[in-house]
Amino acid sequence: MKGDEVTRQETPAKRGGLSAVGHGFDRMRDWWEHAKVWQRYLVYIALVVGALILPAPAIGQFMSPGSDWTTVLVYPIGTYILLAVGLNVVVGQAGLLDLGFVAFFAIGGYSVAYYGTHFGWNYWATVVFGIALAAVSGVILGAPTLRLRGDYLAIVTLGFGEIVRITANNTDEIGGARGITGVPHPPPIFGTKFLLDPAPYYYLMVAAIALVIIFSVRLQKSRVGRAWAAIREDEDAAELMGVPTFKFKLLAFAIGAMIGGLAGGVYAGKAVFIEPNTFPFILSATILAAVVLGGSGNLPGVILGAFLIGWLPERFRDFADYRILVFGGVLVLMMALRPEGLLPSRRRKAELHEGTGGMGTMGAEVPGPDTDVSTTEAAK
Amino acid sequence: MLDDLYNQFLPSTVGGLVIGSIYALVALGYTMVYGVLRLINFAHSEIFMIGTFASLVTLLAFAPTAPLAGFAMVGMLVLLMLVSAAASGGAAVLLETVAYRPLRKRGATRLAALISAIGASLFLQELFALVVIPWLIDKPGRNQASAPRYVARDVLFKIGNAEVRLDHVIVIIAAVLVMITLDRVVNKTRIGRGIRATAQDPEAAVLMGVSIDNIVRVTFLLGGAMAGVAGSLYIMEIENTSYLIGFVLGIKAFTAAVLGGIGNLRGALLGGIVLGLIENWGAIFLGSEWKDVIAFTVLVVVLMFRPTGILGESLQKARA
Repeated sequence: MKGDEVTRQETPAKRGGLSAVGHGFDRMRDWWEHAKVWQRYLVYIALVVGALILPAPAIGQFMSPGSDWTTVLVYPIGTYILLAVGLNVVVGQAGLLDLGFVAFFAIGGYSVAYYGTHFGWNYWATVVFGIALAAVSGVILGAPTLRLRGDYLAIVTLGFGEIVRITANNTDEIGGARGITGVPHPPPIFGTKFLLDPAPYYYLMVAAIALVIIFSVRLQKSRVGRAWAAIREDEDAAELMGVPTFKFKLLAFAIGAMIGGLAGGVYAGKAVFIEPNTFPFILSATILAAVVLGGSGNLPGVILGAFLIGWLPERFRDFADYRILVFGGVLVLMMALRPEGLLPSRRRKAELHEGTGGMGTMGAEVPGPDTDVSTTEAAK
Repeated sequence: MLDDLYNQFLPSTVGGLVIGSIYALVALGYTMVYGVLRLINFAHSEIFMIGTFASLVTLLAFAPTAPLAGFAMVGMLVLLMLVSAAASGGAAVLLETVAYRPLRKRGATRLAALISAIGASLFLQELFALVVIPWLIDKPGRNQASAPRYVARDVLFKIGNAEVRLDHVIVIIAAVLVMITLDRVVNKTRIGRGIRATAQDPEAAVLMGVSIDNIVRVTFLLGGAMAGVAGSLYIMEIENTSYLIGFVLGIKAFTAAVLGGIGNLRGALLGGIVLGLIENWGAIFLGSEWKDVIAFTVLVVVLMFRPTGILGESLQKARA
């Protein structure tokens, strides 16, 4: 691929201190690609062990002195990671800018809350139902809007997110602005009860994240993943080469939505209480920021981004009031210093450095509504 | 239901025109920046918020106890507009310098620019909530701040059962005047030609001796100033504001810009008015709590059938 050559030509020294992280990561990735099977399994085992001992109080004392570390691991960190992996399918893999991702999180959460409290369904049934419902709403949102590109899609999805939130707020059947209380916890697994102790939820979350990561990696390496990459790089070329772009974009939306719904289900099982304000636009923006900050399209990067964005505000609770202020400032600063993210996907990074035209690529990544393609499409 | 429609149609129309004019003014900023940079300037809603506060603080300094009349009122109106336009225009230029220029110089993607915009938007909101508002009006920033009334709510004339008040007329006339001025600037002046050239083809514009940096700065300045005027009209009409005021209004204004055809100044005017009207008419049937849902649904439906908006031409096509 041309991508790799471009990446290697780049001199890391020129790009400031942060690039050392990326450079080290590149070497790690090279090692990983040529690692033996037993070496890979060692890493997997290390990751599992790491995940198991992560909630240890000793770690917690350093990581979050102000609040209960295990709780923080479930929400926000775990939830953000789950959501970011889901959004990465849509934004990072298929290149569709979605600003209303929180809607699917809400749909998953409300399914668990509503069917659990009103009809007394089993928790797992409500989660599965929530995931299905989220997928369906992904298709419902995607079918009419996926002909749009770039910013238009972004703003429509933003609108959708707000529609879902306002609808939840104004619908008395699901509690209106008061929300739903007494959401049932998951039933016991292997004798472990899900009550007030956050630890079981943490392991449930880890299981969900692991599942979603495996799913996402398998997808990325499959035909579907290649089709998404093709659409992301150049939608028209992909269409001309015989990729049914609309179908695949819809699929990306649906799969992203399913993961969002799962996150909502897991969250609601822990939270006991949900209300419309649990799902504001700012959460969509935060998750998108996590994806881009970490390195859109690269799973380890996305997870790192989500971890940092979930964790840093908790770590610096002393600044309680100033957290969002700092968060906003950091976003601006990060984008100025490292617009391709902390651990960028190699292929994407190469793309970003190609650059086109006097205005840079600001405008080259996703064709605007005024490009010839969309106008001809509109004329059809 | 039909009774409601009969009783509320004309008043809703007036209300829709008024709020639509404000949407249209804010939409201009989105549409100009989008036309030139292909960037949704998410923080434009906070530029509008800054405009409302500039007017509010100035108004509080004069502290009128009763509605003004005659020259005093007109003078106050013009003063507030100028102050807000200056504050918002300045803030927009600063925003561009800090949040977008470095990205542009490095050739970052628009996704990065969008994140930067969201970051800047959050930063400005919180800065106002925590620092600026408490300092300016000596009040915890997260509260709503209300403005004294300085334009009397006199009914000038009635159309059917709709009362058209002085403030309604002021908002609409002011918005139209500002629009015409901007239209003139973009179409008749040298700087306007530069803006259109940049929107159409930045590279060619550079070759023809246009300074892109200056053009971008002027674009932000003009767009910000329009948002400032909108902010001062908002203070006169709605009479309160808060650090969060920008979010919903900003999305509506962006919707208006898209509705009219983004990059198209007259489209922004049309989009704003249409959105204001539809949302107020829709509220007759569904109740005002569904206004935002109506606005977004309209957006989706319009984009499905006309992805380039109602007036599907743009700054790019040099018609502005």
